Amino acid sequence: MTRLSGGLIDRNSSFSFTFDGKTYTGHQGDTLASALLANGVRLMGRSFKYHRPRGVVAAGSEEPNAMVELRSGARTEPNTRATVAELYDGLVAKSQNRTGSLAFDALGVNDYFAPFFAAGFYYKTFMWPRAFWEKLYEPMIRRAAGLGRLSMQADPDSYDKGFLHCDVLVIGGGAAGLAAALTAARAGAQVILCDEDFRLGGRLLAESHRLDGAPATDWISTLEAEFETLPNLRVMRRTTVFGVYDHGIYGAVERVSDHVVEPGNKVRQTLWRITAKRAVLAAGATERHIPFADNDRPGVMLGGAMRAYANRWAVTPTQSAKDPVAIFTNNDDGHRTALDLMSKNVPILGVIDSRENAPRFGDYDLFSGAMVTGTKGRLGLRDIEITKGGVASWHRCAALGVSGGWNPNVHLASHHRGRPVWDDTLLSFVPGADGPAGLIPAGACVGLGSTAKALADGAKAAGIALAELGIKTPEVALPDAEDMPVSQADFWHVPGKKRAWVDFQNDVTVKDISLAHKENMKPVEHLKRWTTLGMATDQGKTSNVSALAVMAELTGKSIPQTGTTIFRPPYTGVSLSVLGGGDTGVNFRPRRLTPTHTWAKSQGAEFVEVGQWMRAQYFPQAGETDWRESVDRETKAVRVGVGLCDVTTLGKVDVQGADAGEFLNRMYSNMMGTVAVGKVRYGLMLREDGFAYDDGTCARLGEDHYVVTTTTANAGLVYRNMEFARQCLWPELDVQLISTTDAWAQIAVAGPKSRLLLERVVDEFDLSNDAFPFMGCAELTVCKGLRARLFRISFSGELAYEIAVPARYGNALMARLMELGADLGAAPYGTEALGVLRIEKGHAAGAELNGQTTAAMLGLGRMVSAKKDSIGAVMSRREGLARDARRLVGLQPVGSTERLMAGSHLFTQGTAHSMETDQGWVTSACYSPHVGGYIGLGYLENGDTRMDEEIIAANPIEGSEMRLRVVPAHFVDPEGERLRD
Amino acid sequence: MLIPHPLLGLRDAQEFTYLGDANLINRPDPNAPNAEAMFCDYVFLRDNPAGVHRELWYHEQGDRSWLVVTRNTVTHEILGAELASDVALAHREGSK
Amino acid sequence: MKFSGFKVIKEALTGHKGWTPLWRDPEPQSDYDIVIVGGGGHGLATAFYLAKSFGQARIAVLEKGWLGSGNIGRNTTIIRSNYLLPGNEPFYEFSMKLWENLEQETNFNSMVSQRGIINLIHTDAQRDAYRRRGNAMRFAGADSVLLSREELREKVPFLNYDNARFPIKGGLMQPRAGTARHDGVAWGYARGADMRGVDIIQNCEVTGFKIERGKVLGVETSRGFIGAKKVGVAVAGSSSRVMSMAGMRLPIESHVLQAFVSEGLKPTIPGVITFGAGHFYISQSDKGGLVFGGDIDGYNSYAQRGNLPVIEDVLEGGMALMPMIGRARLLRGWGGVMDMSMDGSPIIDRTDIEGLYFNGGWCYGGFKATPASGYAFAHLLATDRPHDTAKAYRLDRFAKGYVIDERGAGAQPNLH
Repeated sequence: MTRLSGGLIDRNSSFSFTFDGKTYTGHQGDTLASALLANGVRLMGRSFKYHRPRGVVAAGSEEPNAMVELRSGARTEPNTRATVAELYDGLVAKSQNRTGSLAFDALGVNDYFAPFFAAGFYYKTFMWPRAFWEKLYEPMIRRAAGLGRLSMQADPDSYDKGFLHCDVLVIGGGAAGLAAALTAARAGAQVILCDEDFRLGGRLLAESHRLDGAPATDWISTLEAEFETLPNLRVMRRTTVFGVYDHGIYGAVERVSDHVVEPGNKVRQTLWRITAKRAVLAAGATERHIPFADNDRPGVMLGGAMRAYANRWAVTPTQSAKDPVAIFTNNDDGHRTALDLMSKNVPILGVIDSRENAPRFGDYDLFSGAMVTGTKGRLGLRDIEITKGGVASWHRCAALGVSGGWNPNVHLASHHRGRPVWDDTLLSFVPGADGPAGLIPAGACVGLGSTAKALADGAKAAGIALAELGIKTPEVALPDAEDMPVSQADFWHVPGKKRAWVDFQNDVTVKDISLAHKENMKPVEHLKRWTTLGMATDQGKTSNVSALAVMAELTGKSIPQTGTTIFRPPYTGVSLSVLGGGDTGVNFRPRRLTPTHTWAKSQGAEFVEVGQWMRAQYFPQAGETDWRESVDRETKAVRVGVGLCDVTTLGKVDVQGADAGEFLNRMYSNMMGTVAVGKVRYGLMLREDGFAYDDGTCARLGEDHYVVTTTTANAGLVYRNMEFARQCLWPELDVQLISTTDAWAQIAVAGPKSRLLLERVVDEFDLSNDAFPFMGCAELTVCKGLRARLFRISFSGELAYEIAVPARYGNALMARLMELGADLGAAPYGTEALGVLRIEKGHAAGAELNGQTTAAMLGLGRMVSAKKDSIGAVMSRREGLARDARRLVGLQPVGSTERLMAGSHLFTQGTAHSMETDQGWVTSACYSPHVGGYIGLGYLENGDTRMDEEIIAANPIEGSEMRLRVVPAHFVDPEGERLRD
Repeated sequence: MLIPHPLLGLRDAQEFTYLGDANLINRPDPNAPNAEAMFCDYVFLRDNPAGVHRELWYHEQGDRSWLVVTRNTVTHEILGAELASDVALAHREGSK
Repeated sequence: MKFSGFKVIKEALTGHKGWTPLWRDPEPQSDYDIVIVGGGGHGLATAFYLAKSFGQARIAVLEKGWLGSGNIGRNTTIIRSNYLLPGNEPFYEFSMKLWENLEQETNFNSMVSQRGIINLIHTDAQRDAYRRRGNAMRFAGADSVLLSREELREKVPFLNYDNARFPIKGGLMQPRAGTARHDGVAWGYARGADMRGVDIIQNCEVTGFKIERGKVLGVETSRGFIGAKKVGVAVAGSSSRVMSMAGMRLPIESHVLQAFVSEGLKPTIPGVITFGAGHFYISQSDKGGLVFGGDIDGYNSYAQRGNLPVIEDVLEGGMALMPMIGRARLLRGWGGVMDMSMDGSPIIDRTDIEGLYFNGGWCYGGFKATPASGYAFAHLLATDRPHDTAKAYRLDRFAKGYVIDERGAGAQPNLH
């Protein structure tokens, strides 16, 4: 064990966990990484390309190496950073990206062939022979690539979405964030404080600094107690703000249950959309390393991380005086690590400081003006080579802390593509002035890294936010804290011939950058893409700036001249599940149910998805074994008796006002204002570009009152377009609109006996042909006083009506009609029979009205009135539309009983089948009980002049072909006598 | 995004449906001698500026108002929103 | 220098001393025969084919940033020719054939990977529409297969077949479709063009056109005036901005399209899969990241970044379709600016200004078109006649009524 004294772990708790099948114990407050280190485990992963053995580098969310598959079975979570995986009793983790065991990874052989895998090598080879790419090379590469594995099982956990609003959002709960939250909350503002960690304090938890002379945790505890009393402050731990979006909207993920074995009845994570008037970005800073030869062995860590493990988790990678810890630094901060470790009795080899005349802060061996130039140890660091004044010496060393300075976490400040700017004093990028509106960076993320400065800057940022919101800033006493200046050298990597890693996970070395430079991949974006630098799961947090420095050295330019990199959301990886929000499976989208749904369900109907609607598709009866059998029966019922179908899903728009008629004249291509009161007219609508897009009926219920129907698919679109015309094009017209699709249940009552049936429900209403002829409409009452609307319209070609009642009565009306129509053979029919009936009658539906067709193609060219203006009229006269000679025709197989397939293409007999000879296509097809065979509708070149011609329907994708006869698009009652009967 | 609805205050853009350039309010005279050419410009051609853009949004999941929103297409900053019917009527007044 | 496995081995053994720049960084000359504005995929491909297939010399490509920095640098890398309409399908099939020989032609491994694309079917009407499309593809010489639910389940067993809001009923597959390494495509064309003498000039922003008496004489740039007999503009995403400098308004709006990549994972998804009842499509890169996207954000934008609602919409679709991806993490998202045209189809045409040629309007589908677009644009620039497969892509099709509207959505770019 390598536990030290102190730390923020609960030693009374004992958590058992496994890593690669071996059982270990840890404590509450541990992360997986700290617990593994405490158990003497240094080897935690393998690198991406060379499969080099790797240990933990960092102590936070920037970790590039210690990636594990967490949990098991369907909950397996690949690529989890051990440094942020909160330990719980029963945690199961496995190492990943290895073939064999972690210690003996067969693909470790890649490392020996590393010279062949230099940056960009795959762009230069694997090209011959051509067919080998998909069959050999690529599968090989794909197997070797990737990191963790998906379980391939559906995620069993629940997720949620939430919306929050506040005056001030504080991002980060370290010194600056706490000061900001305290200030804003005491001012009475609505405040949300988010921190990615499970414990507030940020870097304060990792340091030995004292506040007001006491441990920092004392101050934090006092603060947390006060926070509890402030109803205007919401503290969200385990919550990462991952992105900044427009107008002060922030995306955040709260890990509600990731620290327990199973979420139980809670969600695993919640996606929060936080709308904040102002935000304080107190995201801190990330330490950078210094590339040197073989700097990637387990045991080589960031100095600040080593300090964090010692102070917060009471862990050190080594306690053996024989195998001590060393520090390699270019700045004062590295020395702090040595001091903190020494105070905990960790043996120290010394501090290797690249600066000549490096300052001394304590009683340790100081290698001033020295560098680490090599390491040894196959699965973990054993020796380091120190070079000073050109003289190299090897030293036993089990852990090396590397401190290359700190990079402010500018990420969120550049999410709106504002570029960070270089600060020559800090030797780092800081947020630029063109960050997201309302976002105020503070503390270490603007380079103010001392505790005192971070506290003060956090409070100041809150003050700015409050002032902008017109809220008075209270006096807030901040604790006394260290304010030591940190000097550092402009020293970026140790020169040398061996590989020195810049991007650990993706195995990008200084040599790779040098090769990219040689091959003219100098722009930073080319460098990244050519070498994959910064593309790893840490998104370059630990590598980008160092790489820029190396490239700057090669090009002889400054770092900012070489380039800047901006960051895109998310700040850290966000689970795909939580972004999906949890509404998966059948809950993916809402279901709209028709008013007669429960009745249809009780009748055993099969349902089908029609957009968001669920509609009855057909009603199988006892003894029917095939859907066709049911559909044929339903179709016949309409042709010989009476059928009932819920057509509520068709869009309905109520149009009222003195100018309603004029308005409708402009909406429809045909004249609509002239329809008489009590009459219905069929109408066609064009888009302004002249193509047909919807059809329906328009009923005039009163002088100033019309009811428009639309297709189911376009109900929303037509209504939107009508509102556009009313508000934007012709606001001077006196007309009002409202969608009543959901207000009225509408049932089609179709068939020769429909009148007989309706007579049994209407209250003293004359349904005779003379009194209520075809295309009549009326408001009336049914079933002794229920208000209703009746339309004598027909989609099937039979005598037919549509009756509408308030939606809540739809179910009862359907049941009543069925009951009263039993002796007439009344039968419900679904969308399948509806489709057959309309094809038999030659009515266009979605397949014909697909937005690509002209009125003329539909055979409705004369419906585009030349006497008046209407939407689309002018553009429908363009050359291309006028010349389009395809026409809707009926199609009947000749000498074949095979099924005619919609989507077959039409060809003139005797021609080769190609795009050039293509004559059209079958839009819709079905078996027609009326005809006794398959029939279809289709668009055919000059179709109106080709009646009785035999043509070919070719369907090569399914290997079928048949002869068809071109017929008029009316298979039933072409003269239209039945519907007028 | 948040859209400052002139009647309802700040509303989430998800409640709205976007159409495009507010010039679509200015439908050409269908009886003009060059109506077809004018309609082609109206229907198909756009300024598509990188910068301030006046555009139509429909509060489909709200009060069904059409709005003319002035927004910067580079920064997404919203500079204002008006009822499209007010804009259309004002335009008529202006062209009289 | 010729790239080969042999060369890679030789350099590995000799310390990588022999590699040379992939392309030069030449100073711009005072004038060229042909200047291509835009060093993205289409511009570089145009220059490559002008030099290689049309015997043109004295060509420059002007790029305001780094070459390949446009949408070729950020996209979901899908190549396919599964279009319906005769104006489109032969062009994309021509592109597919060029993809199939790209690496041999450029001597650069762009990792063209023909692992297939499947468009899922959720309704009978959708199956009819895909049957029509699959047949149209075959009549244009492309490959297509209509998969039953059972055949589909065998190929991609991990979809949600049993608990779906919109049941999966089958798919339209194009086996020859797939993906290519997007940067590798730009680099292959750039290197090939550079080797053939094309000057690729980075950090050279065009600030204006010099036009006299209806004829273009050259371009003003951030690096001075550059004369040209012909100027070809291929700057999709910025088309309206650039062409406005020549006084033109276009049937185009700029919209932002987001795309996403997950952290690296071992092989999971074999080809490209497109959800037919939501906005979601996905493939997996050779490096292991799931690469996916959905609908455009839907409002005019040049911001190169999008908003949360679309991210949520995309992942709602993803989780509904394949809930086994849920435990993976989103690594990175980005937003590209698309030339959304008024009919959803591109434009490759001359303009009313003599010597000025335009290539744009690629919507969110420009990547797959890169080879054919370059070839057809080169053909037009070199011969003044449209390439056979690109004849329908003319500018006047809107005014004349010959739009190529695959979706039937009309003149509203955000619906295409």
